[in-house]
Amino acid sequence: MQTVTTKSLCERAASLLGEGTVAAVLGWKRGEFDYDLTPAVFTAAEELTEGFIYNDFSGANLSKYLLKKTREIDGKILVFLKPCDTYSFNQLLSEHRFDREKVYAIGIPCSGMADIQKIRKIVGEGITAIEACENSLLVHTLYDDEPISVSCAEVLTERCLNCKSKKHVAYDELIGDEGEVLTSNRFDEVEKIEALSADERFAFWQNELSRCIRCNACRDACPACTCEKCVFDNPNSGVQSKAPGGEFEEKLFHIIRAYHVAGRCTDCGECSRVCPQNIPLHLLNRKFIKDMNETYGEYQAGEYDNQRAPLVNFSLDDPEPSDVVKGGFDRA
Amino acid sequence: MTDMNETLIPILGVITDVRIDTPDIKTFRVVTPDGKKPFDHRPGQCAMLSVPGIGEAMFSITSSPTNTEYMEFSIKKCGCVTEWLHAAEEGQMITVRGPYGKPFPVDDVFAGHDMLFIAGGVGLAPLRSVINYCRHYRDRYGRIDIVYGSRSKDDLLDYREIIEEWQNDENVHVHLTIDREQEGWDGHVGFVPNYVKELGFDTNKMAVLCGPPIMIKFTLDGLSELGFDKTQVYTTLELRMKCGVGKCGRCNVGAKYVCKDGPVFRCDELDELPDEY
Amino acid sequence: MLKCTLSNIDKLFEIVSASMPLYLPTEDKNGAVFKKWQPGTVWSNASNTVKGPKDLFFPQSEDLMAFKTEGKKIEVIDTRTETEDFAVFGVRACDVKSLEILDRVFLTEPRDSYYASRREHGVIISLACNRPTENCFCGTFGIDAAEPMGDVSAWLTDDALYLHANTERGQAFTKLIADLTEACDDSAVSAQKEKNRKVMKRLPLADLEANAFGGSKTEQFFHSPQWEKLSESCLGCGTCTFVCPTCQCYDIRDFKTNNGVVRYRCWDSCMYSEFTKMAHGNNRNSQKERFRQRFMHKLVYFPENNDGIFSCVGCGRCLAKCPISMNIVKVMKALEVDTDD
Repeated sequence: MQTVTTKSLCERAASLLGEGTVAAVLGWKRGEFDYDLTPAVFTAAEELTEGFIYNDFSGANLSKYLLKKTREIDGKILVFLKPCDTYSFNQLLSEHRFDREKVYAIGIPCSGMADIQKIRKIVGEGITAIEACENSLLVHTLYDDEPISVSCAEVLTERCLNCKSKKHVAYDELIGDEGEVLTSNRFDEVEKIEALSADERFAFWQNELSRCIRCNACRDACPACTCEKCVFDNPNSGVQSKAPGGEFEEKLFHIIRAYHVAGRCTDCGECSRVCPQNIPLHLLNRKFIKDMNETYGEYQAGEYDNQRAPLVNFSLDDPEPSDVVKGGFDRA
Repeated sequence: MTDMNETLIPILGVITDVRIDTPDIKTFRVVTPDGKKPFDHRPGQCAMLSVPGIGEAMFSITSSPTNTEYMEFSIKKCGCVTEWLHAAEEGQMITVRGPYGKPFPVDDVFAGHDMLFIAGGVGLAPLRSVINYCRHYRDRYGRIDIVYGSRSKDDLLDYREIIEEWQNDENVHVHLTIDREQEGWDGHVGFVPNYVKELGFDTNKMAVLCGPPIMIKFTLDGLSELGFDKTQVYTTLELRMKCGVGKCGRCNVGAKYVCKDGPVFRCDELDELPDEY
Repeated sequence: MLKCTLSNIDKLFEIVSASMPLYLPTEDKNGAVFKKWQPGTVWSNASNTVKGPKDLFFPQSEDLMAFKTEGKKIEVIDTRTETEDFAVFGVRACDVKSLEILDRVFLTEPRDSYYASRREHGVIISLACNRPTENCFCGTFGIDAAEPMGDVSAWLTDDALYLHANTERGQAFTKLIADLTEACDDSAVSAQKEKNRKVMKRLPLADLEANAFGGSKTEQFFHSPQWEKLSESCLGCGTCTFVCPTCQCYDIRDFKTNNGVVRYRCWDSCMYSEFTKMAHGNNRNSQKERFRQRFMHKLVYFPENNDGIFSCVGCGRCLAKCPISMNIVKVMKALEVDTDD
C-alpha cells in the first residue's frame, strides 16, 4: 500500500486550487474497479473528492501529459509525480518540451506499483475489489467466498522490481517521506540476453516482437517520444507503417524507436507497462543505457533538468568509435 | 466455391490523352487496353484510380455517361497519386475500379426543371459530367444557368469547352467570375457566393453546388437569401477513402459513408449529419 | 446433444486436425491466443483469448493482389486462392456474435471475397462461459454466454464436453468426431447453463444497459460535453481497436518488392491521427473527434445502418488492455448521464 493517502493529496490539491495557485490538477481518476485508473485533469474540489485516487495502480507516468496540458490550460497545473516520474519530468525540461513556469510539481512517495496481470495469474479472473493492506492486497473475486491475500512484493510491476530510485529529482513541494537512489539489479535481465549466442538472441527478440500488433501504445505513452509527428505516422516519410508488414519491419520500428530515445530514456518502464502484448520493450532501452554507461561512464537521463546526454555530447575522453564498434573497449 | 467477384481488384486503363487545363489541373482521358470505356456510370459517380506502388485515390468522373467511348478525369495536383499522374504521359497504364457512389438524380428529380449549376475551382469536375448530361438530353431540362468561378482566368477549368460549346448552346447561360482583377479579363470579378446573389435567380429550379467547403457554405447562405429551399440544392462531399464501398471505415459523416451514400447529398440531408466534413 | 468425455478431448482435436486445420485457444506468454493445433498443443479454457478469432477471418495484414510494371505497362495479378476448410474451437458467445457483426460489413454487397472465402470455409465451435471475468458485459448487448451460437455450440462440465450442431457445417463436424461422442439428453447442459447464468447475474457490469443508445441518436450524443473529459488522456494508440473483435477499419497500401508491387490491406484505427487525413485537410483533427468517432460508430452509427445492432459485444478486451483504462463502459456510463438530464 502507498504511504500517503488519497485524502491527504486530495486536500492539498483542493487547497492549491482554492487559493488559485493552480488552475488544474493532473492526477489519477478512479474507474469501474479498484485497478483501472485513468489519468485525468481536475479543476474543482468536488471533482477531486469524487474521482481522484492514488493507490497501488497509479502507475501511469503523468509527466508526458504536461506537453499537451500546459498548452491547453491557462494557469498553472499541479502534477503529482512519483519518484521515477520526476526523471521523465526533468528529461522533458532538458529538452524544453514544456514551460516549467506553468507547472506546480508535487513529489509523492511510491512503495511500488502492482501489476494487475500478476494478480490475475495468482487469483484468477473475476476480480471485483482490491483492498490495500500494509504489505499485501486483499483481492475479492467472483469465484471465491473469501478474499485472497497476495503480498505486494509478489505482484510488483517489472519496473518496480528493479526500482532505480525512491528519490524525487524535481518538485516544488514534497508530500510524505523522501527516499534514496537505489542500487538496482535492472541490468541483470540485459546481461542474460547478452550472454545468449547471436542466434539465440535473434530468436528471443523475434519471438517477443512477433506478438507486436503495432498499436503504437509504447510510443504514445513514452515520455521520450515527443515528436510532433512521428516518422512512422507521416505519410510523406516513406516509412509510414501501421501494421506488421513483415518480420523485418517490426524489428525496424522497435529498434529505430530504441535508438531515437537512447540517452533520453529514463527507464521509466511505461513502454512495457502499456504493451497489450506484454513485450519486454524496456529491455531494448536498458541495453542502450547499459552500453552507454559502460562506454561513456554512468549516466542517468533525467537526473538533472539541464543535462546533455552522452550521445549528443563530446569530451576528449570519449572512446574512439572503432573501439566501441569492436566491442572490446576497456574503460580502465 | 466462394463467389470470387472482387471490387477491390481493379481493371487496367490506358491514358490516351492528357489535357492541361490550369496550372495545377489536368484532364486525363482513360480507356481500357482494348480501347473501350472502362465501365458505365451515372453523373456524379466516382472511380478509384491507382498507380501501383504509389497508391489509389478516388476521383469524380468528369465525362458524361453519354460519352460511350472513354472516361475523363479532371485532377488537381495535391498529393502523391495526383503528382504522379500529372507527370504521366499518353500511353501510361493505370488501374481503374468503380463506379462508386450515389449519382445526381438527373432522370427523376432534375427532369423537367430549370437547372442552376454553381462551381468553384476544381469543383467543376464533378459538375461537368452532369452539365454535359443535361446538354445531351437538352429537351428534358429547362433553362440552364452555370455560375463558375476560380482564382484567376488561368484557373478556370475546361475554359475552352465553356467558351466554345456551352456558351453557344440555346438556353444555356454561363456566368464566369474570377476572384481578382486580371489583365485580359473583362468578365465579372468577385467571389462565387456574391455573384450568385448579384445574379439573383428565381427559385423555380434545382441547384447543384460544388467547390471548396467555404464556398459551399456561403453560397448556400446566398441561395437561401434568394429563397431557395435546401431540398432544391444538391452538393458533393469529398473525404479520404480507401475501399470505395463503405467497408474501410474512414469516409463516414455520422452514419453516412461518402463513398456509398454520397458523394451527392441534398443539402437538407447534410443538415441531418454531424458537422464533421 | 452429444457428449465427449474430457479425457478424450485431445483425441478429439487430433481427429479434427487430421482432416482440417484446427485453431483453438492455447496459453502464450501473454495469455490465451488462438493457435493451430499440433500434437502436444494444450487447449486453454481461459475465460477469453487476448485477441478474438477476428484474425482468422480478417487478418491484421493480408495481400490483396500483385502488379508487375514495365515502362508504361501494368499487369494486375490476382493472387487469391480459395481458402481450405478449417475449424475454430472454443469461441466464446461474444466472439461468435462479433463475426456476425463483421459479416454485416464484409458480406454486404459488394461482398469482400477475401473475408467471404474464409467465412465459408471456417466451422465455428463455440463454447459456453463457465467463468466470465469482471470485465464481461455481453448481456448488455443481448448475448447469452450460456447459450453460444456458431456452427456447433459446446458446453463444458467438470468431466465432459457437450456438443450440439446448429448448421449443416456443424453436423459435418460432429460427424467427424462421431466415434468419440455419444448421444445424451440435455440435463447436464441445462444444469451447467443454470450455473453459468447465476454467475452472470453477479457480474459487476451485469446492470449496464445500452437502451439509451442506438440509431438516430447522433444529434443527442454527438455534441455531448462528456467527450472532452472522456478523451482528455487518450493516447491515440490503436490498442482498443486492435483487440476489439468488431473493429474492422482497414487501410490499403502498396509495397514495392524486388519484382513488382504487392497491394495489401492492414487493420487501421480511427484513433490514428492520419486516418482521415487528405492532402488538403483532415475532417477529424483532434483526438477528441477521433475518440468520439470510435464510440459513436459502435453505439449509434452502426446500429443506424444495421437494424439496431450495436458494434460491441461486451467481450471486455478494451477494458483489460487500454493503457489508460478508458473504455466503452466508462463512455456509456458518462454519456447516459446526459440522457438522464
